[in-house]
Amino acid sequence: MNIMGKRYWFFGLSLAIIIPGMIFLAIGGLHPAIDFTGGSLLQLQFTSGRAPQPAAVEQAMSRLGIAGSTVQTVGSDSIAIQAQQMDTTTKDKVVKAISAQFGAATVSQFQSVGPALGSEVAQRAAEAVALAAVAITLYITYAFRRVANAQRFGIAAVVAMIHDVCVVIGVEAILGHFLGWQADSLFLTALLTVIGFSVHDTIVVFDRIRENELTYKRVPFETIVNHSVVQTLDRSINTSLTVLLTLLALALFGGETTRHFVLILLVGMASGTYSSIFNAAAILVVWENREWHTWFRRRSAQPAAS
Amino acid sequence: MGQRYWRWLIVIAILLALDLWINWPGTSSIQVGSWSQNVTLREGLDLQGGLEVLLEAALPANQAVPASSMDAVRTVIEDRVNGLGVAEPVVQVSGSRRILVELPGYENPQDAVALIKQTGLLEFVDADSTPLVEGTIVQTDYGRTGSGSATPSPQPSPSLSSATPEATPVAATAAAAPTPTGPVYHTVMTGADLSSVNAGANQLGQPVVNFVLDSAGTKIFSDYTTTHVGQYLAIVLDDKVISSPVVQTAITNGQGQISGNFTVDSANALAIQLRYGALPIPLQVAQIETVGPSLGQDSLRRSLVAGAVGMSVVVLFMILYYRLPGILADLALALYAMTALSIFRLVPVTFTLPGIAGFVLSVGMAVDANVLIFERLKEELRSGKPLRVAVDAGFSRAWPSIRDSNISTIITCLILYWFGGAFGASLVKGFALTLAIGVLVSMFTAIIVTRTFLHVVLDRMDFSRRHSWFGI
Repeated sequence: MNIMGKRYWFFGLSLAIIIPGMIFLAIGGLHPAIDFTGGSLLQLQFTSGRAPQPAAVEQAMSRLGIAGSTVQTVGSDSIAIQAQQMDTTTKDKVVKAISAQFGAATVSQFQSVGPALGSEVAQRAAEAVALAAVAITLYITYAFRRVANAQRFGIAAVVAMIHDVCVVIGVEAILGHFLGWQADSLFLTALLTVIGFSVHDTIVVFDRIRENELTYKRVPFETIVNHSVVQTLDRSINTSLTVLLTLLALALFGGETTRHFVLILLVGMASGTYSSIFNAAAILVVWENREWHTWFRRRSAQPAAS
Repeated sequence: MGQRYWRWLIVIAILLALDLWINWPGTSSIQVGSWSQNVTLREGLDLQGGLEVLLEAALPANQAVPASSMDAVRTVIEDRVNGLGVAEPVVQVSGSRRILVELPGYENPQDAVALIKQTGLLEFVDADSTPLVEGTIVQTDYGRTGSGSATPSPQPSPSLSSATPEATPVAATAAAAPTPTGPVYHTVMTGADLSSVNAGANQLGQPVVNFVLDSAGTKIFSDYTTTHVGQYLAIVLDDKVISSPVVQTAITNGQGQISGNFTVDSANALAIQLRYGALPIPLQVAQIETVGPSLGQDSLRRSLVAGAVGMSVVVLFMILYYRLPGILADLALALYAMTALSIFRLVPVTFTLPGIAGFVLSVGMAVDANVLIFERLKEELRSGKPLRVAVDAGFSRAWPSIRDSNISTIITCLILYWFGGAFGASLVKGFALTLAIGVLVSMFTAIIVTRTFLHVVLDRMDFSRRHSWFGI
């Protein structure tokens, strides 16, 4: 199986997924949840078992003097109201008014976040991602110290990781655009987990390259890499299958609260497996061959899919 | 082979016994000698419903908040929250200027926030000739009839006397009726009449709290102490007697001293409380979250179903794909799940929805170690190595990648935990903690336990000609 030979096709596939995501990100950005912006979220369950029309509730909210609220139905009997920060008195007023107008409702969830806290969380999050990237690069460079060009492995792993981060953020941006998904602190948790898994997976592939490179000194690097990828392919697929199956179970049977979180994990894990095999290892080959010298020559000279 | 594996087998047997002991249905606590530990699985607020409030020091962002003040706030809030009768409330300092309050099963945010944020009411109460025991709950006429000369406001403290050197403070203590239904005492004045408060020492070097009254307070205090020399003037915070000094002399200059069994720290804490109200630092609500109990229970049930389905799929997959080692790995996986659960109970780790997701995910990763090993084992078998050699090679060659990949996952968990801890995001922390525990336990079960099982089985039965049992 010649996987490395088709490396530019795989890069292309990655770009085909990442670029649309990045376009949506540029247009609409992520929709930060109240965890990051401050505000309040009130989820009401109607005892009648039927949730009212969101638009009607939005109107009721503005009559209460709370402008710019958005309302979504959750399941068949609940609504989630998102609005500016409310204190508990305002919340009680809202619950009372809505119960009076649309039938008895109980609060199943209420969250209110101050704006200062939100922006601090966002800043912390950025620090956490940067810190994770640096810590992992350092660890890989250390773990591969006996291989020639150890830093290449670290950097390739981080590039694959950034690939996965881009896929996840891009998918989140697209879903945010079409389904109104919001990036909350659970999204962030999912993102950081994907980073961890991405590297986890990449290391398994790199470990085999490390081992083979020390064993077969005379074989061309590209052959070694291809051989290593093929050798670890069963494992990569099986591991991904088990993780993806458990996540799929969580997504299908788990509660509404974690569905978004689990789906993002699912996308990230799939991307993590893909990038470990088809991007991280391929980058090592591109780097070894210094292929960028040929990228900007005339098309006929390009060694794509050699 | 040998002995080494029998030793591990004993370790595994002990671990299994411990797991069964801790996780046995209905066990709520375990006891060894005088040591006992509650092992009920703690459910987070998102599972059992309840209220979470994140409070923040209402001070300018650039003003440092001393850790000691935050601790004092925590203690005060803890006292108040305990009065709510909520099982297992959590009050913890989160970062340098926030306090996280979790009230499981409590659903009235307005009451709780009002209670937490209230500034305490400090009263100077006419106890006549009866000294009141510290800690007694008393009723006062303040705010009831308006007959009291008192004006409203907050603050606390212990014993009283003129601040002039020879006026000695007396911390009187004697038996008194600790019944809240007892007599109604007259409030002479409240903490609102204080104009400044400092911790200091009296001429004997004992820590005391000095206070200065404003002009209205000076007048009231002067009138009262002039006519009540020799009687007890109790100091009451939030209806609780803090101290019950005797009025030694008339205090007419508006300067008094509270003494009692103070240490330097407690005198300081009291002075701070007197100055700022009962909470040494003004607080504002940064975040409130309430979850209804039905939503929580629904989420829990769904997650458990999801977890069960996920695990079953993994177990089946392992058996179908890897055959004999797969079965052994599944046994190790069962031990893994029980051990992780035991640790969650012992630590204890609060179980949240993302925590369950983290746990389920760690099951997937636990299997990954076995997948790595078994794939390697199959490769070694295909290359013609004898079974036992192949088994050992499978384990030893897969080890570096298991080690390196799990370390990178743990690095991420640490960063997540730090990230979640800084602003009270217990969901993120719960996820990171369960995932990290899962990864560590799985390294033991997937490697040591599976390997031991495999060797024990190979010792008993000859599989050397039956490679199909290994999924080849």
